[in-house]
Amino acid sequence: MPILEVKNINKSFGTTKVLNDISFSLEKGQALAIIGSSGSGKTTLLRCLNFLETPDKGQIIVNDKPLFDSASPNLQSEEEIRKNRLHFGMVFQSFNLFPQYTALENVMLANLLMAKKQPNYKKNKHEIHDKIQSEAMALLEQMSLSGRMSHYPHQLSGGQQQRVAIARALAMKPDILCFDEPTSALDPELTGEVLKVIRSLADKHTTMVIVTHEMSFAHDVADQIVFMDKGVIVEQGTPEQVFEHTQNERTKAFLSRFSQNNS
Amino acid sequence: MSASVVFSKLLEAFGINCTIFFVTLLGALPLGLLVSFGSMSKFRPIRYIINTLVWIVRGSPLMLQIIFIFFVPPLLKLGNPWTTFGTNGRVVAVCVAFIINYACYFSEIFRGGIQSIPKGQYEAGLVLGMTKSQIFFRITLLQVIKRVIPPMGNEFMTLIKDTALANILATREIIYVSQEYIANRGLIWPLFSTAIFFLVFCGILTLLFNWLEKKMDYFRT
Repeated sequence: MPILEVKNINKSFGTTKVLNDISFSLEKGQALAIIGSSGSGKTTLLRCLNFLETPDKGQIIVNDKPLFDSASPNLQSEEEIRKNRLHFGMVFQSFNLFPQYTALENVMLANLLMAKKQPNYKKNKHEIHDKIQSEAMALLEQMSLSGRMSHYPHQLSGGQQQRVAIARALAMKPDILCFDEPTSALDPELTGEVLKVIRSLADKHTTMVIVTHEMSFAHDVADQIVFMDKGVIVEQGTPEQVFEHTQNERTKAFLSRFSQNNS
Repeated sequence: MSASVVFSKLLEAFGINCTIFFVTLLGALPLGLLVSFGSMSKFRPIRYIINTLVWIVRGSPLMLQIIFIFFVPPLLKLGNPWTTFGTNGRVVAVCVAFIINYACYFSEIFRGGIQSIPKGQYEAGLVLGMTKSQIFFRITLLQVIKRVIPPMGNEFMTLIKDTALANILATREIIYVSQEYIANRGLIWPLFSTAIFFLVFCGILTLLFNWLEKKMDYFRT
């Protein structure tokens, strides 16, 4: 049974159709890479999964539970959307760390706010806080950021900031972790450290959807590749199928442009 | 007439200016935030009403607004609300005019501050499951405060000097009292010396705002 099923997602901005009948599914523990040129709708698709955009049509199903269904809009109360979002984690291209909080506080904040709403919070305040803190510290250690926990975002390099952002997303224990071009805002030398972290997450069978322009990374890490062009999925399959046995002409053209640029 | 007597009288009068200053801040800061929310409302009629109000208030002289607030209720036969405050009635009317006026100026500063925060901050809060109010109070607000400190410093200084406009209603603020020395005793220097009070006050404000800016220096937006 797939953990994520996306069915017939359509999305337009005004008269521009950005997503046209997008469907795919993802098994638990697998990584899906979405590739394609700028403006192909990759980011919009990811934003739909995180309910930052509302699809005009279609369904999003996680663990057999429909989180979004354009046919039954009563699912879409604000409170409901807020809960549904927690099935997904999101790592942004521009990190979006909260500048007034340290790395550790960035990772802890959302969990602390959530804990405060629990009825027994006042009684077990210190235990809850300590638990959230130790979890956050473990995540930052996992990101090789032990020495940077009390640094503010502006004191960190781009690669370090992005790793804090990954820890922050993981802290919510999402079913599916989404990356929106996580290395596009980074220098080439900082790209590696972020990709390494994502690779290690893939080794631990974290379910991930990764929008990326790093083709060789997508090839190595993803279990499934989706190639998008002009709002439609042109080709999907295993990395081997898409990269080595490319079927579609548009995919071929895109991939050859890429290998030219990188040579 | 000894200088020390004049200065103690002027200091007493400056108390009125300070009162107007602090009461205005107390009212205009929260009201300004509300007005800024109104000016960013997705509901068009609210936005239009608020924008018109801000235009009228910013587009007409504050002195006129003080006179309007004080005289118009009685002229419209709505009774005189200011008499309920006894001898303070005029100061209260001045404060009401100041609060409305400054709230409109503050609202534009707040709006600028809020809209300058990258959308990604808001979205990062959303994807972490935060509510809108949590995002505002835990993420956006402090960043907005950091950004509005410099323009607010300007407004605070303008405000203390604007309090002199209260003399249009014959409230015994510092300029009004110093002018009595001209009329009654032919002394001009008390009027000029009122500048000292404003200069000292603005000096303290400058130090305060410098301190605040330093205090917020630990993060960058």
